Amino acid sequence: MFSSRKVSLLLALGMIIAAGIFARAAERGHSSPNQKPGNFGYGEVATPEQIAGWDIDVRGDDGAGLPLGRGTVERGSLVFAEQCAACHGTFGEGEGRFPKLVGGAGTLRNDRPELTIGSYWPFAPTLWDYINRAMPMGTPHTLSADDVYALTAYILNLNELVPKEFVADRASLPKVKMPNRDNFIWTDPRPDTAAKPCMNACADPASVKITTTAEGKHLTPRTTGPLDTMQPK
Amino acid sequence: MQPESWRSIPLVSRLTAAAKPLARRGFLKLSAALTGSIALGANSGSAEPAPASPPADAPWSQSLGAGVVDRPYGRPADHEAGVIRRNVPWLTATTESSISFSPLQDLHGIITPNGLFFERHHAGRPDIDPDQHRLMIHGLVERPLVLNMKDILRFPQVTRIHFIECAANGGMEWRAAQLNSLQFNHGMISCAEWSGVRLSTLLEEVGVKKEAKWAMVEGADGAHMNRSLPLDKCLDDCIVVYAQNGEALRPEQGYPLRLVVPGWEGNVNIKWLRRIKLGDKPWFSREETSKYTDPMPDGTSRGFTWLIDAKSVITFPCPEKPLDRAGLYEIRGLAWTGNGKVKRVDVSTDGGINWQTARLHEPVLSKALTKFTLPWHWDGQPALLESRVIDETGYVQPTIAQLRNSRGSNSVYHNNAIQTWQIKPDGSVFNVQLA
Repeated sequence: MFSSRKVSLLLALGMIIAAGIFARAAERGHSSPNQKPGNFGYGEVATPEQIAGWDIDVRGDDGAGLPLGRGTVERGSLVFAEQCAACHGTFGEGEGRFPKLVGGAGTLRNDRPELTIGSYWPFAPTLWDYINRAMPMGTPHTLSADDVYALTAYILNLNELVPKEFVADRASLPKVKMPNRDNFIWTDPRPDTAAKPCMNACADPASVKITTTAEGKHLTPRTTGPLDTMQPK
Repeated sequence: MQPESWRSIPLVSRLTAAAKPLARRGFLKLSAALTGSIALGANSGSAEPAPASPPADAPWSQSLGAGVVDRPYGRPADHEAGVIRRNVPWLTATTESSISFSPLQDLHGIITPNGLFFERHHAGRPDIDPDQHRLMIHGLVERPLVLNMKDILRFPQVTRIHFIECAANGGMEWRAAQLNSLQFNHGMISCAEWSGVRLSTLLEEVGVKKEAKWAMVEGADGAHMNRSLPLDKCLDDCIVVYAQNGEALRPEQGYPLRLVVPGWEGNVNIKWLRRIKLGDKPWFSREETSKYTDPMPDGTSRGFTWLIDAKSVITFPCPEKPLDRAGLYEIRGLAWTGNGKVKRVDVSTDGGINWQTARLHEPVLSKALTKFTLPWHWDGQPALLESRVIDETGYVQPTIAQLRNSRGSNSVYHNNAIQTWQIKPDGSVFNVQLA
């Protein structure tokens, strides 16, 4: 049995330890992992089943995380017609302002390049990941892995990146070489402008000219009153 | 009369009852005022509102106002109904994957009110039950965890003021001046006080394995919106937040839990945060390859351009808030930088020929909006107003010509160019670009 004195000492010790943990955690601005995992002990250790349910990510460059399953171009055309064509068009041409999924090959140096899966996306497994996590827009993450593979195969085929016999699976998708794969620079080169902050007579007054104006373009919704739907009256 | 039943009685009856003890003269004036306000409410336009300016006493000065808890959760005055987030209907295919803009022209400080914070959704705004929301942290960790909201609230709390800006703010202006509006050209930025737990605290709790170099952060929305972040940034200043300006996050800003990545483009500040996975390489998700990358004129593209470079804008005058007549004005504006603190803001009224240093208003906080002002005597002549920020790293806000010289005009994101407002002799203000 504890005496009240011992209990007080234990309580005080506990409070000192707790204060230390909180102070360290609150003050630390940078990485200094001087704390053991489970220090606070809040929450539950994630079970393999819990992790499996949410662990949906697929890595773009090597396809890590792609699940079992497979899909053909032919099957993909059927799923696409049912699930995707209403927005993206039967052949990925895009309806209205919804994204085009095909075309634009060789336009990346143009003024106004056309950025599509075929012309711009660097990695094929990213397509599987995105369809699986976010599509169809109204009912995301409801398609089977096989159907996601089939859609991926169909869209790659629409872009003439794989033949119509192509079967998409965890082995074949990472091997598809996307045309724009090597044209990304993954380290930020900014700052890419330099200027000294001149204060007086910084430009010839004759050179200060208005080149473009928003005046009269009629692109701007109203910024007073109710929301402007910009529908013709 | 019982207080409980009092509230269920129509306003007019209540006021009339309340007015009974008043002097007869006051009562008559009150009745006139009520008639007037009812007519205005019906938008008839025929009734002249009762005079309220001196020497007349206003109707609201001669009547009983609404009681406490008449609006248990307060809202702005009815007369401010036009101060709202707005969208550009032609910009996106749907409103669920779209953007709305904060009304900067009507805001006066560095904190954005919660109802006016800009929105960017990729699959609409989910309605999340906080009791069922979970944050899973796993991957290259010693002790994968599932935390509920009560668990997260127990961790040591931090509170910080930071802006969040969409990388596409000003994105419609790369080629030319297009939209004549402060709200639509600059309103994809907002700033709030955020409360939550440092991401580093959570990562230390799960134990980061040596091989871990990156984190994938993911939302619980239909987009399962995800981005890769370098572990160094996660451990530096990222916060997993549940409160915004002192109250629970708004659903539009990620209720019940979001990530705040100070100074980096908005889309990495994952809303409705449900999962953090540590790995040894980035994930190259759709939102960091096909989107939020920057095509250059030579056909290459820049990826992982997270930083928000220094930017400033004059918020008064602006197209929505023109000048009245010649005289003394205070030019007002906001400046910010993802690099830390704003060091200086200069203002020009002649299109960048001559500059004057503006006054910065405290507090000047790291990765937060900073307010500046400069008194200006407008002589009624045409003028070209610009502001230029210099941040604590010495970086100088560029002109649109300098940006185009470096990056061409195929970019959507990271336009931090100096904004030029053209003032016409009648005081009207237009968005223009200069040679």
